[in-house]
Amino acid sequence: MLLEVIQAAARTAYWLDPGQALFIITHILGLTCFSFIVTKRLIPLLRGEHDYRLDRPLSRLRRLLKYWLGQWKHPRYLTAGTIHLFIFAGFILLAIRAFALLILGASRNFAIPGLYGRASALYGLTTDYAATIVLIAVIVAAVRRAVFKPARYAVPAKYGKGHTGDAIFLLALIGILMVADSLFEATKSAGLSQPGQGVEYASVLSLPWMLKSALGAIPLSSQQNLHFSASFAHAVTFYFLLCYRPFGIQFHVETSLFNIYFAKLNRGTVKPVKWGVADEHIDQVKSFGVKNFEDFTWKHMLDFYSCADCGRCSDNCPANTVGRPLSPRFLTIKARDYSFQHYPVLGKANNTNNKKPLIGGIYSADEIWSCTTCGACEEECPLLVEYIDKIVDLRRGMIDEGNVPQTLQKPLKSLESRGNPYGKMEKKRADWANASEFQQACNVKILDGNNRAETLYFADSITSYDDRIQKIGRATARILDYAGEDFGILGAAEKDSGHEVRRFGEELLFMALRDHNVAAIKESGVRRIVTADPHAYNALKNDYKNVPPMEHISQFIARQVRAGNIRLKQVEDRNNVYTYHDPCYLGRHNQIYDDPRNVLDAIPGLKRVEMKRSRDRSFCCGGGGLMLFYEPKEEQRMGVKRVQMAVEAGANVIVTACPYCMVNLEDAIKVAGLEGKMGAIDLAELVEQHIVRASPVRQCAEVVRTTQQECAMASAAQRDGIRA
Amino acid sequence: MEILACVRRVPDTSENEIELNSAANDIQREDLVYSVNEPDNYAVEEALQIVGRIGGNVTVVTVGGEEDEEVLRREMAMGANQGVLLSDETFSGSDGKGIATILKAFVQKGHYDLILTGVQAEDGSAQVGGMLAALLDYPFASLVNSIEILDGGKLKISREIEGGTKEINEIDLPCVLSIQTGINEPRYVGMRGIRQVASVNIPTFAGPDLGIDASAVGEAAAKVKREDYFVPALGKGAEMLQGSREEIAEKLVQLLKDKGGLK
Repeated sequence: MLLEVIQAAARTAYWLDPGQALFIITHILGLTCFSFIVTKRLIPLLRGEHDYRLDRPLSRLRRLLKYWLGQWKHPRYLTAGTIHLFIFAGFILLAIRAFALLILGASRNFAIPGLYGRASALYGLTTDYAATIVLIAVIVAAVRRAVFKPARYAVPAKYGKGHTGDAIFLLALIGILMVADSLFEATKSAGLSQPGQGVEYASVLSLPWMLKSALGAIPLSSQQNLHFSASFAHAVTFYFLLCYRPFGIQFHVETSLFNIYFAKLNRGTVKPVKWGVADEHIDQVKSFGVKNFEDFTWKHMLDFYSCADCGRCSDNCPANTVGRPLSPRFLTIKARDYSFQHYPVLGKANNTNNKKPLIGGIYSADEIWSCTTCGACEEECPLLVEYIDKIVDLRRGMIDEGNVPQTLQKPLKSLESRGNPYGKMEKKRADWANASEFQQACNVKILDGNNRAETLYFADSITSYDDRIQKIGRATARILDYAGEDFGILGAAEKDSGHEVRRFGEELLFMALRDHNVAAIKESGVRRIVTADPHAYNALKNDYKNVPPMEHISQFIARQVRAGNIRLKQVEDRNNVYTYHDPCYLGRHNQIYDDPRNVLDAIPGLKRVEMKRSRDRSFCCGGGGLMLFYEPKEEQRMGVKRVQMAVEAGANVIVTACPYCMVNLEDAIKVAGLEGKMGAIDLAELVEQHIVRASPVRQCAEVVRTTQQECAMASAAQRDGIRA
Repeated sequence: MEILACVRRVPDTSENEIELNSAANDIQREDLVYSVNEPDNYAVEEALQIVGRIGGNVTVVTVGGEEDEEVLRREMAMGANQGVLLSDETFSGSDGKGIATILKAFVQKGHYDLILTGVQAEDGSAQVGGMLAALLDYPFASLVNSIEILDGGKLKISREIEGGTKEINEIDLPCVLSIQTGINEPRYVGMRGIRQVASVNIPTFAGPDLGIDASAVGEAAAKVKREDYFVPALGKGAEMLQGSREEIAEKLVQLLKDKGGLK
């Protein structure tokens, strides 16, 4: 490439002087333009909010290796992912040469460290193939874009015109680069005064090889002209691409490295209102959330630059799927367009004349409330672009301005005055456990100072007050009881975990709820916490600080089944086909995929199938907490879509492990007209139905009175029972 | 425009289980949570929107005790410029006319172009607005569900009348309007807003400050006295429509037509 151009130029008498000057000018011009554009692009980042992304360099480096160099997420979309893998690998291989060239502009005798003689020739061989593969890959990609048009690239009319033209233009530029590179290689011997020096390998069937074979017959002078033109075309295209990329979707070529290195590390958490401001000083923060573009953090702005417009986020977004006015892809694209418009490369930055707040400007309120924070978009993004924190920040801004849908105002007010979104009395919070029939079978301690326990069952609001969900609460309590756990509940002293309060942007109310609960938990003196509500689980595990270790009931059951403390009997209805629906806050946000499945598989005779969208691609049921009060504009309910997926999988019972999933799925079954054909059950309820009443420990204690050998046999039989 | 919004603190019906006390002369007040009377909140929002459009100030006033400051602060967090508490031992037990008398005295201390009340208090009898207007000799319109500012000290208002029909009126300023819910969408008041006004001083006026004759207000002056509270006996249960989904839908549409819900 250019390295050789300069070397060749130095040795080729008749175009040495004009050639060298031309190349040096091209280098200087290209690099100056690029530096200028990048500097301009950095301006909004410098005006953005703080974001602390310099901690834990080793974790960040590991992620860089996995997601950037390893392209970890790409094969999730096999065709596009594979094409990208080839282009990326080719770029990485060719980049070394390109960087060397730039240095060589200043120092003629520079050589890539470690690349001499045979190694250099081998590298040349590799790059010949790399260029060929990249060319094939961009052609395939362009054909895909132009002819096959995968649906996820389409731009709905409301978001402007399609991006296909731009995408193909950029692919074409890469193609030109590869062709020029190969042509240069093919005519290299003609460009050198002493052809054939050093070690050379023939890169059979590569593009340079083919070109060389084809051009062998033409006169040397034409070859020399071609050689010069190819190298110059390569240089111009290279710099044109370099300078054009920061104007569109290919900027990720430059930004991805940084975007992935600085990506968020803590799953399940929400960014603070302002980085660097301690909770006790939060009152000093003048404005909450994101209202104007500059309220985004610099990293979130870098996200906007880094988006490659691949559409994977929106393809997986349940809100987008059911026709809510939200598409994560365009959340980013619109912000990027805003940034480019208000921070132009040419002209003054941030023209305040037509500056509008984001909500009502580029975003609508409904768009921002439509998100269930399920995390499907973030799970999918190969560039680790963040969405939930941005949505929460935008909501914080709306909360701060009082721009909150009426349907959400009541539950928020009730959370403030009563500690639950339903406006129910605090003293009735433990009523679910006091139903007389249940109380006789399972006495749940209320940890009000008179009672102590090892383990706290944190029920949370919906389990405490919703008639249907109380059953999940009672099943959970029974399981804890059967497993011999010394547990209790907080009762009236428990308030809503505030999980959705925080994710709906009402940070101060969340803090009040959190502080209350943390104090109540400390007061109770428990050493462990169990919950059946993944939202509560996530809040206590990731949002709260200084509370005892958390366990979701599915983890607890799985652990007890492994230990032999819970034994499950033959499945009650052998005709049922079960499918497990991963709740977002258990699965994606906390990576608990296997425990619930292992528990199901521990029920002998239970038939289980997987839905197409399962585990980290699970499809949100419609959202929990305050989302139940929100009236979205949508064509279809997420839950209905999900129930249909269960039908497609051939299941007739959906097992879930989240109270909100239960509410949404049961409603959806009715809406879809599938009553009687499809059922929904919580994992805790199913386990409670199948539990073998006497705990193995007690059973064993009885047997031990006879002989120890019999006891061992009994345990073995139990284990077999579990396996069967 | 100087706007006065009269508000009241009431037990929140959506967050309480209202039960009678054992003497059956009041509701059980333990464990109650209170909030701004809902129609009053719409009145304040409307005042804020008017001021947002044409400028001016919004003052929020309530008659009550120290505990009622909470609703003033909430409305200030919403955006009202100031809150005023009218508090005096002699005020307690006032009937509607008594409250109107106290408010009238306060109104006359200042200069307000427009006085808004909620259409009624959730625990009240929808009389203060009208009485206040009468005592002030101001024009009055009730059940107002839209306000448009006209030139020359006039308003164009619409009132909700039976069956959802709207009636458009022109009214001279200064006037008193009782605001119907649904006139707007009140903005949300977050914890942060409330905290920011937590320490703002709320001026308090007692009877003598307002020049109120103690014999004209309070329990002694009340001509309307509550005698009893009772929960009506349960009537006939809901009518369950029978039949297939289509039949049920048809019956429902017919019922709605018969009762005037559909035209």
